[in-house]
Amino acid sequence: MIKRTPLVLGKKTYQDVTNDICSLVEKVPGPKFFASLISVKALFVFYLIVMGMIVARGMGLMGVNNPVNWGTDIITFVFWIGIGHAGTLISAVLFLFRQKWRTSIARTAEAMTVFAVMTAGLFPILHTGRPWLAFWLLPYPNQRGPLWVNFRSPLVWDVFAVSTYATVSLVFWYIGMIPDLATLRDRAKNKWRKRIYGALSLGWRGTGRNWNHYEMVYMLLAALSTPLVLSVHSIVSFDFAVSIIPGWHTTIFPPYFVAGAIFSGFAMVVTLMVIVRALVPEFKNYVTIGHMEAMNKIIMATGLMVGYAYGSEKFVAWYSGAPYEQYVFMNRAIGPYAWSYWLMVVCNVVIPQLFWLKSVRTSIPLMFVISIFVNIGMWFERYVIVVTSLHRDFLPSSWGMFHMTFFDFGALIGSFGMFLFLFLLYIRTLPAISISEVKPVLNVGHEGGENNA
Amino acid sequence: MLDSLFSALKAKGTDGLAGIWTDEKKLIQAAHRLREAGFVKFDAITPFPMHEIDEAIGIPRSYIPWVTFIFGFVGLAFGLWFTWWTSAYNWPLNVGGKPMWSLPAFIPVIFECVILFAALSSVGALFVSAGLPKVDPPVIDPDLTSHKFALFVPENDRGYDVAKIEEIFKEFGADEVKKAEF
Repeated sequence: MIKRTPLVLGKKTYQDVTNDICSLVEKVPGPKFFASLISVKALFVFYLIVMGMIVARGMGLMGVNNPVNWGTDIITFVFWIGIGHAGTLISAVLFLFRQKWRTSIARTAEAMTVFAVMTAGLFPILHTGRPWLAFWLLPYPNQRGPLWVNFRSPLVWDVFAVSTYATVSLVFWYIGMIPDLATLRDRAKNKWRKRIYGALSLGWRGTGRNWNHYEMVYMLLAALSTPLVLSVHSIVSFDFAVSIIPGWHTTIFPPYFVAGAIFSGFAMVVTLMVIVRALVPEFKNYVTIGHMEAMNKIIMATGLMVGYAYGSEKFVAWYSGAPYEQYVFMNRAIGPYAWSYWLMVVCNVVIPQLFWLKSVRTSIPLMFVISIFVNIGMWFERYVIVVTSLHRDFLPSSWGMFHMTFFDFGALIGSFGMFLFLFLLYIRTLPAISISEVKPVLNVGHEGGENNA
Repeated sequence: MLDSLFSALKAKGTDGLAGIWTDEKKLIQAAHRLREAGFVKFDAITPFPMHEIDEAIGIPRSYIPWVTFIFGFVGLAFGLWFTWWTSAYNWPLNVGGKPMWSLPAFIPVIFECVILFAALSSVGALFVSAGLPKVDPPVIDPDLTSHKFALFVPENDRGYDVAKIEEIFKEFGADEVKKAEF
């Protein structure tokens, strides 16, 4: 008989779980944490300066121009939205499939979703060029007619999809945290700590009747988030697929984008979990090698789907007989941007194949390196889609090249500062592992239930 | 000033008798026994959801899915009406010769309305049914959100009798029995 692998190591009791997870929030962090926090904060401040200069001087500071009029902003927006998708997949889809191993990583993955969507949301607003008028994207009664937004436009669909996604993810994350915030409240010795966590926990009491409704709402939110997450990246792909640019106007885009999003997001979860395990050694009992291996398997599977999509695109371009379509795909592989195309193929399709070997799947340093490669590869996938399709479309007289400036690089690199800064603050102020969800799975993989004190 | 505000808003509880366990299996047996003894308003306080409790106390299936369904439907109706009203009625604009009422193109926005309405109404229903938010509600034992489990019988329950309840709690090995406000 195949034995289940334990989900939590070290024979923990309920009290141990509470202590392990809460103590991280309750004690003053060490120098390693402060050093990380200050360095990502420096990057965040740099990001704010770069964004401020772009807003003050205008979009001319960035590389976008004719014919490549979608640049770093849109590439990085799609990149960060994609990162968010794995969080919802872990917290909602794996919940619906009753995958118990998700419990100890779901909270952090959902936090990653919220922060990634926040980071992503700034880019299209910046891209509008006049971000102080971004509220024009919303349908509100106004004195210009009233002139309403064009609901036929994928860009408006995107506004609705991303804002709904941000709202529902935030609510799902917060509802999941309420019982754990009550645990922190009840443990608090300090008056202000008790008040702050008491307010955040909304006065949760944990009665049988409360839990009955709570679990139902948690399941409903998971069931609503699942079609939502699929719709969000499908709609992001419509931004491209609904236009008539060769290389964008393809029916494979929605599933291709969703698979890519899950692929990149899981790579980011692995990257973050390796960092968390290094910063907080106590968590190694909760986020075990088994968890990391399971995520690496998903990276490999979705990497193969993405590889299939690359091949399918090539095949359909050839099979279509449309010369412009064929040209775009030839141009991607051997044109001036061939380096980015092959970088994407190597990072996304070739390197994750190493995960076929169990020794690679279970090696922390190797999975960290591979997950970084996947992150790089997935950013370049969006680069290839946006830049190579725009730079040479129908008329050779309107061909051109895209040149990234200092501000493009600054916005891209700086956005990691914002994301990681929020993430590190979260790790130290909120329960980073779901206490009330881990306790019921303590027995999984331990024989006879002796772990249940 | 803040302290007086907090005490003014503080949620009031009901007096009653609480039994506290560290072994949740005994608590479930005690809950069955309490229900047989005719109590209806008692409840369990646990650090994590336990499905046996619903049966032991007699908690019916949550009604919240109906709220989700109805508000999902409201979201659908709102989305249909709003896209029609803005694009085809209030200020119709010809965009690329497409019909004013371009239903297929409105589906993504209508879908997002369905999800948003359904999700937020479910959370609203949770707040109503669980009485959230509460300011500083009474706590029987701070360990009840960590590793202890309690049963609480309020004094307004049918046939409330301290001696009888205490006996049931003791019979099933409660570690502690105390009068409490909850």
